[in-house]
Amino acid sequence: MSQLLEVNGISVTFDGFRAINNLSFNIGRAELRAIIGPNGAGKTTFMDIVTGKTKPDEGTVLWGEMSRNLIGMNEARIAQEGIGRKFQKPTVFEDQSVEDNLLMALRNNRRAFAVLFWKPTDADMNRVSELAAEIGLSNALGRKAGELSHGQKQWLEIGMLLAQEPKLLLVDEPAAGMTPEEREKTTDILVEAAKTRAVVVVEHDMEFVRRLNCKVTVLHEGSVLAEGSLDHVTANKQVIDVYLGR
Amino acid sequence: MNRSFIGRNPSILIFLLVLAIFTIGVTFMSEAFGAGMISTSFVKTLGKTLCLALVAVAMDLIWGYAGILSLGHFAFFGLGGYMIGMWLMYERTREIVESSMMEAPIPPTEQEIVDGIGNQIFGVVGSSEFPAVWAFADSLVLQLALVVLVPGLLAFVFGWLAFRSRVTGVYLSILTQAMTLALSLYLFQNDSGLRGNNGLSGLQNLPGLDDVSQDYVSMWFFWGSALALALGYVFAAWIVSGKFGSVIRGIRDNEARVRFLGYSVEGYKLFLFTVTAMIAGIAGALYYPQAGIINPAEIAPIASIYLAVWVAIGGRGRLYGAVIGAVFVSLVSTYFTGGQAPDINLGFYTIQWVDWWTILLGLSFVLVTLFAPQGIGGLFDLVSGRHHPDRHGADLGPDHGSLREEEAEE
Repeated sequence: MSQLLEVNGISVTFDGFRAINNLSFNIGRAELRAIIGPNGAGKTTFMDIVTGKTKPDEGTVLWGEMSRNLIGMNEARIAQEGIGRKFQKPTVFEDQSVEDNLLMALRNNRRAFAVLFWKPTDADMNRVSELAAEIGLSNALGRKAGELSHGQKQWLEIGMLLAQEPKLLLVDEPAAGMTPEEREKTTDILVEAAKTRAVVVVEHDMEFVRRLNCKVTVLHEGSVLAEGSLDHVTANKQVIDVYLGR
Repeated sequence: MNRSFIGRNPSILIFLLVLAIFTIGVTFMSEAFGAGMISTSFVKTLGKTLCLALVAVAMDLIWGYAGILSLGHFAFFGLGGYMIGMWLMYERTREIVESSMMEAPIPPTEQEIVDGIGNQIFGVVGSSEFPAVWAFADSLVLQLALVVLVPGLLAFVFGWLAFRSRVTGVYLSILTQAMTLALSLYLFQNDSGLRGNNGLSGLQNLPGLDDVSQDYVSMWFFWGSALALALGYVFAAWIVSGKFGSVIRGIRDNEARVRFLGYSVEGYKLFLFTVTAMIAGIAGALYYPQAGIINPAEIAPIASIYLAVWVAIGGRGRLYGAVIGAVFVSLVSTYFTGGQAPDINLGFYTIQWVDWWTILLGLSFVLVTLFAPQGIGGLFDLVSGRHHPDRHGADLGPDHGSLREEEAEE
């Protein structure tokens, strides 16, 4: 059992609409994976299920060495298990400084009383400056996150994810609204992160996926249509039909 | 980063200094210890105002920082007042009953004294039996403990049910208001055990201190209120200064994101809701002995709405803003509703402030919300040069790429 996450036959229906239909998905411990698919293919719902926001009607989500079922745990519990999630729109805490944002994400005891008496150690501060350097925000630590540009917010959110030290990173359209140089840097951060953990990237932009140079899963109407290298899936007849129009 | 707690929050020191100067100033102008420029009844008004400032600090913690618009914190305030009021009334009545019975030829038994107290207290609601809630009324220590325990327990149970079901926003506000209304309607009943709409009275008289004049008692409570406000303020500032403050402000701005960071949002809300209810209870326990009377009308939902208005006018999300709002609005309110403000004669109509004050207050609330969301406290930003990123609440989004707002507007 070398898989980190095993999703088996999950289905979910919203008001009669089958958003996810008998979907199965596996990812290993240190693997980069891209999920592509047309709008409404169920990419975001899939992430919602893994992170506990949505409960599937059937199926299991098994996690880690112990193969524990994540279904039924709440979002905070799943996050503590080591699954980090980045939203499509950058969601950082705009009213707080970059440093506060990173400190909040640092992997530490999450219980209310522990947090109340928590003081940052030197190790914590070093980790924050390390992360800030990695995401190119070393000079912006004292600034409010709301003042950052769109691309910088995206990076700050990725930095917060890395600070959580998750075993699995779910990243929703990280390159949206970025300039070409920013995209390149984002690619580097994600490829680097995938050396030590599992990273799942949901993306529309084929060029970006090509640069990630990893295995690709194509979703369509709530289930897996094809899986393999980007060249392999783009040569697939069904994928061409779905993506390039009938 | 490694500077001390006070060093990082200079506003605490300024606040404590202003409070100390105010307290000393009032002491030297009081009838008991000074020149007598301030009447005893006005000392009581000032002391009560400090208690209102304390409950406003609690409201700011839960609303301004954690984003939970609770319309129930005045219920906790009132409960604190009831708890201390029970002891005050019981002991005071015991003194009266004992002194009258001692004149009888046969000394009264313990049971006769208790029955006599029951008759005195509950006569107005046609009863003489002590209800179960009065079980600890003869013990000051226990009633003082109940001042924090009863509001705390009510807040804990209510919060546990509401937050666990993920009730948020305006729905939670309505629920808290319903709780407040239910509590006040219950207390209005004669068989609630707390004297129905008569409430508890004579609370300004401290048992065993008959020969101390109200001039002195009012000062004691004034000092107590000032001390409680100082401690409550520092405690609240400590809570919001560290990572806990970061987390609750995060909950206010984006609850789901905090959840995905691994924080149990419900636990944090419950903790803060309970703690602020306890602070409100303490404030109430200091307020009502100065007011002298408490009745269920004090707990009516309108009181909790006033509390929200004070905090909004003073400035949400900053503790001194809440204090300024509570002090300013409640003192101005005393001025207008106390008949001190001169009527304005328009020829065809005379504006009587007692009636028009609520409209003036409502209007200023709307204006502050629309045009100065930072409230009165926002004025301090002009001095200190603190700026807020102004994105008009909207995210620039992917369409505008990596532009900053000023670039995007060009």
